[in-house]
Amino acid sequence: MGDHRDGTPQHSGAVVTSDGAAKNQFPDPGLPPHRPRVTDVDPKAAKRAERQVVLLFIISILGSILFFIAYFGIRVDGPIYDVVNTEPTSQLRLQNLLLGLGIALGMFGIGIGVVQWARTLMPDHELVEERHDVRTEEQRAEAQEILTTIYDESGIKRRPLLRNTLIGAAILAPLPFVGLLRDLGPTDLTVLRHTIWDEGIRLVRDPSGTPIKASDVTLGSAFHVVPENLSELGHHDGYLDEKAKAVVLLMRLDPDKVNVSADREDWNVDGIFAYSKVCTHVGCPIALYEQHTHHLLCPCHQSTFDLTNECEVIFGPASRPLPQLPITVDSEGYLVARSDFHEPVGPTYSQRGFAVRDMQGEAN
Amino acid sequence: MSSTTDYEYQPRTRSGRIANFVDTRAGVSPMVKEFGRKIFPDHWTFMFGEVALYSFVILLLSGTFLAFWFDPTMTSLEYHGSYVPMQGVEMSGAYASTLNISFDIRGGLFLRQLHHWSALMFVMALSVHMLRVFFTGAFRRPRELNWVVGCVLFLLAIVAGFSGYSLPDDVLSGNGLRIADAMLKAIPVVGTYMSMFMFGGEFPGLAIIGRMYIAHVLIIPALILIMIVVHLFMVVVHKHTQYPGPGRTENNVVGFPVGPVYAAKAGGFFFIVFGILALLAGTTTINAIWNYGPYDPSPVQAGSQPDFYMGFPDGALRLMPGSWPFSWEFTIFGWVLPMAILLPLIPIALLFVAMFAYPWIERWVTKDNRVHNVLDRPRNAPFRTAIGAAAVTFYAVQMMAASSDLIATHFHVGLNDVTYWLRAAYFLGPILAFIIARRMCLALQRKDREIVLHGRESGRIQALPHGEFVEVHEPLDEYKRYRLVDFEDYQVQPARANAKGKVTGMEKMRGRLSRWYFEDRVAPVTPQELEAAHGHHDDHEAVGAGSHKAQLDK
Repeated sequence: MGDHRDGTPQHSGAVVTSDGAAKNQFPDPGLPPHRPRVTDVDPKAAKRAERQVVLLFIISILGSILFFIAYFGIRVDGPIYDVVNTEPTSQLRLQNLLLGLGIALGMFGIGIGVVQWARTLMPDHELVEERHDVRTEEQRAEAQEILTTIYDESGIKRRPLLRNTLIGAAILAPLPFVGLLRDLGPTDLTVLRHTIWDEGIRLVRDPSGTPIKASDVTLGSAFHVVPENLSELGHHDGYLDEKAKAVVLLMRLDPDKVNVSADREDWNVDGIFAYSKVCTHVGCPIALYEQHTHHLLCPCHQSTFDLTNECEVIFGPASRPLPQLPITVDSEGYLVARSDFHEPVGPTYSQRGFAVRDMQGEAN
Repeated sequence: MSSTTDYEYQPRTRSGRIANFVDTRAGVSPMVKEFGRKIFPDHWTFMFGEVALYSFVILLLSGTFLAFWFDPTMTSLEYHGSYVPMQGVEMSGAYASTLNISFDIRGGLFLRQLHHWSALMFVMALSVHMLRVFFTGAFRRPRELNWVVGCVLFLLAIVAGFSGYSLPDDVLSGNGLRIADAMLKAIPVVGTYMSMFMFGGEFPGLAIIGRMYIAHVLIIPALILIMIVVHLFMVVVHKHTQYPGPGRTENNVVGFPVGPVYAAKAGGFFFIVFGILALLAGTTTINAIWNYGPYDPSPVQAGSQPDFYMGFPDGALRLMPGSWPFSWEFTIFGWVLPMAILLPLIPIALLFVAMFAYPWIERWVTKDNRVHNVLDRPRNAPFRTAIGAAAVTFYAVQMMAASSDLIATHFHVGLNDVTYWLRAAYFLGPILAFIIARRMCLALQRKDREIVLHGRESGRIQALPHGEFVEVHEPLDEYKRYRLVDFEDYQVQPARANAKGKVTGMEKMRGRLSRWYFEDRVAPVTPQELEAAHGHHDDHEAVGAGSHKAQLDK
């Protein structure tokens, strides 16, 4: 067994041992003898190969022409209905298909043609080239000498004050560009605590915006709900930001089957419960309601929440129950919020613990 | 240079004159000399890196066309294009311009689909190329740094893909960004600020598409391009690796010259890759954003899937039980640690660290610091192949987990059951894969030995006078035989005392790892062994001489 560390680059990888290598190893027989191809020995076959390549190049030319026929020849005019009205849609589909086929043939013809050319008509003798070391010892020594000269001539070693002040300057000079990143975003995290829900804000359907009467919510039905004041927000006033926090799912459950903790007794209206629709795991909308099991399921990572137990997690990667929105009915019989959520909605962030503590302090 | 002398070189042909003109001004003849007949080894497994490179070129091309029409703004507008189901809908400029490219720009849909398919092909080819490099040991000295560059490219490719996927601002990609936002927020202390900085405030804000856009079309492609240049430069410096075989040594390269054969094959291959991607783009719809609608925080489709390369982190998130057996969210003095998100990402981070460091890990264990230009056949490095198989399985289980809901609906099994099985596979799969891959390698090595010693099964059956049937085994010619015996027989390197005569804990661990790597090994056949086998046969009747006893020796 040889010492693996002192094998030199000149050694063949096959040769492990320095002693008796020749005995223990089969000798390298060298490259196998070259076997001529049909095209090398038979001029007819070579001619045939040439014709094949020419044919492929002609296919390429035809493919490119096909592209222009499809581009200018097929008109995709008028409204596109996708499924309902198939006429312009099928034209679009046809055009896309022919454009693709045209370019594909244009490329394939050249590609396969050239490769076939190389395989059949260009020499297929394998050649051998010697490898050289990545660098020679002389080169390294020379380079080292040059670096030493540069180092000496710069005088950086003899004048340490010069060096140290330069290091200091070089560390500070890029910092302004790090500083400039500061205004990429605000650092006030309290925006994460609150939504636009508030006392007396009506629950309205998403996206129609119509308010919901308690009597509309039948047993087993579910509503996608947003606060009524959301529609007052324009796109540039943070409409999407607020909607991303305020979306709510509304369901009526049989009150006898639901466990309600003491401090949440007046948060539902005769078994109508409103929960945040934003998953406490990584924030996907909880879009699936399984009626008969009373489960809410997040389609992104399958966190499952039990409606009969204040949305505690019964499966999947979420760690916290969905926040509940306290609701009641107003004088006209419409469902309204009693207050904002009592905790931040959505996925966890580091500072959430402080937010929960403060918000519970406010609530009490 | 001859241009400074009185009598210049006078070329006779027209192409010679052109070449001379260019050469006297740009000095390209040394380059032609260097590259014109440079030898490249040929093997089908060397094509994956090429596919990745060509996909990237096609990405740059198709992406430039898309940029002519794409409008990276989140400013809201009402859609009035030809796609009727979306008419009158409020949407961002980004989504509207993506609809516009799909329906109102001729060939726009083709370009979008070409771009998306090329992106998938890029990541896929790059990943397979990495596996090829890993399993053949091509990352060993002197190519360790190029392996690191490749790992960086792998990460950049994923970031490039995800940033582009998010640009159309549709419901699907918006939920992807939502998840990215939550993963950022999970980072202790600074994560929340990182999220606020990325989105310019709360999610989704009005800034993210514009920022993603500049990253996607400038910063990331520039970084990828730089890395590719470094990668290819190092390939030229090192010269390509080659598989073992007769005539191939550590000191030579056997293959075809760049001009004309290799250039024709590689150049032609670019057009073939382009053709395949064009065919996909023309025939197969991908990312039909018009079905999803513009981003809205409320809806989401069941069966939402990210692009395949985001599958493994997404699957990792799905596998982690967040509330079992207790809530994995811990509050320490008001600071919250969402371990349900952080914990499954730690093994992924470790996998990446191990990937970057693997050349040095292997060098440390094997104490092999020599230059390797000849590749290992994967079976001849059972330890490495087994580690690779385990890592691939670990990745694949998590990628499958990202489709757990689709597996459940397609195969009519319980969603929760799929998750339970995949959780088990997450831990057991890599171990099983390791054992199976290692055993398979050792078995293949034994088969190689068998073939060298006793010849190849010829498929010819002979009937003997007394009615027995035997199969004739034919001996290998010396070229085929050399291919099967030309590999290195690594041995266990037990822990040794250092200069002070002390065996350090680290060294003990290395010794244990070395034993784990090489305890079970199959050595290549030596000439003596073959001679002995032949001698053994000669007692009956030698192999190759129409022996009918050869196979009975087993």
